[in-house]
This record gives sequence, C-alpha cells and structure tokens, in this order.
Amino acid sequence: MAFQILLNVFLGFLWMFFTLSYEPVAFIKGYLLGMLILFSFRRFFGTRFYLGRVIAIISLLLLFIKELILSNLSVLKLVLKPKLDIKPGIFALPTVLEKDWEITILANLITLTPGTLVVDLSDDNKILYIHTIDMDDAQEAIDSIKNTFEKAIMEVSR
Amino acid sequence: MNVIEIIRILIVLFILIGGFLSLVAAFGVLRLPDVYTRNHAASKAATLGVLSVLLGTFLYFYVEEGHFNSRVILGIVFIFVTSPVAGHLISRAAYNSGVKLWSNSVQDDLKRKKSKQK
Repeated sequence: MAFQILLNVFLGFLWMFFTLSYEPVAFIKGYLLGMLILFSFRRFFGTRFYLGRVIAIISLLLLFIKELILSNLSVLKLVLKPKLDIKPGIFALPTVLEKDWEITILANLITLTPGTLVVDLSDDNKILYIHTIDMDDAQEAIDSIKNTFEKAIMEVSR
Repeated sequence: MNVIEIIRILIVLFILIGGFLSLVAAFGVLRLPDVYTRNHAASKAATLGVLSVLLGTFLYFYVEEGHFNSRVILGIVFIFVTSPVAGHLISRAAYNSGVKLWSNSVQDDLKRKKSKQK
C-alpha cells in the first residue's frame, strides 16, 4: 500500500514537471491522473488497489464514532434509571485477528461499544476477556457486533 | 435563519450536551457498585462529553473570531485514541491486584486463567 502511494506521489511530481507549472493544483491534477494510471495497472501489484483500503479505513472511523455515541446513550440510560438492575460479568471472546495493531484497534472498539470493556488479553493473543454490564441480553447482540468489527478490521488489513 | 445562526445553535448544543454527559459520568461514578461498572461510565460518557465541549469551542472560535485552532482538533484526536486505553488499563490493573466484582452472574474464563497460572 505504501509503495503504491509513493508511486502515485511520484506520478504527481512527474505531471508537474511535464506541464511546467509548480502550483499545488497541478500536483493534485497529476495525482488524480496517476491514480487513474495505477488503477488501470492494478493487476501488476501484489496487493489490491490502495484506494479500497483508504475507503475501508474511513468506514472504520465512522463505525468508531457511531459506536461511541450509541454507548454513551446506553450509559446514560443505565445511570439515570431509578432502579439498578444490572448483571455484570466477564466473558471470553476468541478472536481471529493476529497482528498486534489489529487487536489493539479491536480492543479499543470493544471498549467504546455499549456496555463492554476489555479487561485482559490472553498471553497468546487469541482470547479477549471482556467485562460486560448486562450479561443476559448482551451476549448475542455483542457477538454479532464483534463480527462486524472484526470484518471491518479484516477489510482494512486484507 | 442563515448558516451562521444554525452553527451558533450547534455550538450551544455541543457545549450543553458535553456538560450534561460529564455530569452523567460523575453520577455514574457515584452510583454504580464496583470498579468495573464505574469504569464503564467514566471511560465512555466522559470521553464524548469532553469531545463535544472541545468541538463546540473549536466551532465558536472558528465562526466568531475566524481563528482556525488546529490544536483543539489534535486534542480531540488524542483524547479519542487514549481514553479507551486508559479505561482498559485501569480495569486490568484493578483485576490483577485482586479487586472483587459485584454480585456477578457469570465470571468467566479470566478467573480460570488466573488460577491456572498459580
């Protein structure tokens, strides 16, 4: 991915030298044209076209913000409810992610999800131990959310 | 009702919501029963509260004074990245130093893992 971006910047500079104009606008034009060239030559790279990964990162960021707002609403409801009928507990969640930064992002996402908080990680980085605030109804819903998170992170790292 | 007016209303809303969320986080820390549940309230509600106060501040200085303060944006990013990590580390430190949970339903494999290590 980094190689493709470097190549694209290089093509942008090449366009500036071709057109003899050294304005930022010329660089942006050359960058867009270079992106077109990289897209048409995408089968010669070992990895996929880098714009797809950029879009995946942006959608992951939007997911982050959405989860932050939803979790705040759930904490709000929990704290302001007159009766305190919560059932906290710790459950284990096996993860398929392997690289360190992927697991870090997953843990951060889970911590910002409604009603969950990562307490510990097993030594072989295979299992996350998660404290949840409501054990009954959370389990199923949370697992499905985890699947969407893991999928979004895989989409970035694939 | 032009754009400036709408943005002014947004600024007021952001700052009020931020203050309200910080208040709720403080209530949560007082009301909830143990370290871990208190950590839920503190690490989530306080994050979004501070974020939205900062966002309101940024918009205020941008609209009223025409001053683009990028430090506030950086502050938003830093808080967004570091506060879940802080919540995780506090609860992990609490668990490892043996703080008991409140009346749990299931306290899963973490206990088993700790007892296996001994």
